[in-house]
Amino acid sequence: MIELTNLTKKYQTDKGVLTAVDDVSLSIEKGEIFGIIGYSGAGKSTLIRLLNGLEKPTAGSVEIQDQKISAIRGKQLRQARQKVSMIFQHFNLLWSRTVKENIEFPLEIAGVPKSARSTRALELIELVGLAGRENAYPSQLSGGQKQRVGIARALANDPEVLLCDEATSALDPQTTDSILDLLVSINERLGLTIVLITHEMHVIRKICHRVAVMEAGKVVELGDVLTIFQSPREPITKRFVAQVTEAQGAEETVRRLREAYPAGELVRLGFIGEQTEEPVLTELIRNHPVDVNIIQGNISRTHGGAYGTLILQLKGPDSEIRSAISFLENRQVQTEVISGA
Amino acid sequence: MLENFLPNVDWQDMWAATLETIYMTAMATFFTFVIGLILGIVLFLTQPHQAWANSVVNWLTGALVNIFRSIPFIILIILLIPFTQFLIGTIRGPNAALPALIIGAAPFYARLVLIALKEIDKGVLEAARSMGATTWTVIRKVLLPESLPALVSGITVTAIALVGYTAMAGVIGAGGLGTLAFLDGFQRNRGDVTLTATVVILVIVFVIQYIGDFLTVRIDKR
Ligand SMILES: Nc1ncnc2c1ncn2[C@@H]1O[C@H](COP(=O)(O)OP(=O)(O)OP(=O)(O)O)[C@@H](O)[C@H]1O
Ligand SMILES: [Mg+2]
Repeated sequence: MIELTNLTKKYQTDKGVLTAVDDVSLSIEKGEIFGIIGYSGAGKSTLIRLLNGLEKPTAGSVEIQDQKISAIRGKQLRQARQKVSMIFQHFNLLWSRTVKENIEFPLEIAGVPKSARSTRALELIELVGLAGRENAYPSQLSGGQKQRVGIARALANDPEVLLCDEATSALDPQTTDSILDLLVSINERLGLTIVLITHEMHVIRKICHRVAVMEAGKVVELGDVLTIFQSPREPITKRFVAQVTEAQGAEETVRRLREAYPAGELVRLGFIGEQTEEPVLTELIRNHPVDVNIIQGNISRTHGGAYGTLILQLKGPDSEIRSAISFLENRQVQTEVISGA
Repeated sequence: MLENFLPNVDWQDMWAATLETIYMTAMATFFTFVIGLILGIVLFLTQPHQAWANSVVNWLTGALVNIFRSIPFIILIILLIPFTQFLIGTIRGPNAALPALIIGAAPFYARLVLIALKEIDKGVLEAARSMGATTWTVIRKVLLPESLPALVSGITVTAIALVGYTAMAGVIGAGGLGTLAFLDGFQRNRGDVTLTATVVILVIVFVIQYIGDFLTVRIDKR
């Protein structure tokens, strides 16, 4: 569906040539939610802007549905952009237009007649859950609502690809989740291909099927989200994975937990998709005469299973604790004994 | 009653002069708006990275605007006398004042338009481009509506400046309240005529300011 071949973008700056995107080749399947993660300045925005021709590559090509985006210009490019739409970190709504008029904007560009515009806009307002707010101005909406308008606007011309540039980075965690849920439901209902860039691993974990990790303009690692979480290869990928699987400030936390729970054994369990935590815990408690105390948890559910960590305190006779731990290890749960009593 | 305080004021003349001033201000404001807007948009869009990026056109337009903006108005009128003579056929009367008024005010307004356009969020322009908008659509549906409050408050300031310019033009025979205050009032030593003309000018200025403020508030949905 989307085919990037040796894509390179260089900028001429005061300090010489800057390679923002460096020889990137990858393909994205139809209907896929494809994530691109990287730190600030990695070249993510540049890459996504190459996808809809907002930037022209220095070398290489971008092909979407057999159309060479990197080679077309003028009217052809403008028409192609109607099928590759985009949402933004700061929403970029027209403040002078109401919600409905904002959503009608791309339809006006596409030359859709007035009455059809209105019907379509109302339909989309319904779809993104903003019914009743159609005549509000952006200044009267919350961040999450603004992004819903952005999404509705992006969907107006029935695009095949939706590009999301840090679409949730300006939102609080709860609103982020609701916007991500909306993206998933759009992806499932409309079969839309979504390319999403972010610097937050939990966004990738929550909705992406595959992920590419970018560093200094290059894609350094690419694969199934599940695989990447289970066995990250590159140091940068490991750091991103740690963002979500480890509790914040791990060392500090462990020390404090140890002080707070001096008895028994502290065990950290890492769940990386597929298996759910309940059967494991249920079995642990049923079959082992140890006291299980959940001290800290950070688990979230995704289409790939449960991800996250759980810190347990196991109390009881030493031998029972050891057998409980070996049970956990055999269940393919990442198990780490943080401390012994 | 008024006759006692203002013995020399001929109200019919005063009314005719007021209409002339309003006529000159309105016509000049209209053309200044159109020409200033076009110049401002050209200045904006020929900047680097914009749709018509062109450093030569940008530099030339900018230079033109800056030069005419810097010439004192009274000197501009004199410089433009041959041009006015050629264009209007006379250098007296309200219509003869228009070329100088417009050429004096349009570059000033063009600057205000440029400032207003620069205030527009770049992300919004990028969004419009990402939807496949043509430059013409961007001008009509993004640049103008998104900067409208600033464009309106800018033209209000310009119109008020133009009222002042008409009075100056009046001194060299453009007609209107300026001519009345100068010829009838000042030169014939009739202080009450000058005073009344001044009050009428102030009223015109306040009305323009009021309308401008009212519109700006009404259209600003930010
Ligand atoms: N128009 C430009 N001219 C010159 N350099 C640019 C331009 N656009 C981007 N760059 C440079 O290219 C590099 C990549 O920028 P890019 O915006 O793609 O990063 P990013 O991964 O999106 O970062 P962030 O997470 O901060 O948005 C940066 O070093 C940036 O300074
Ligand atoms: Mg970016």
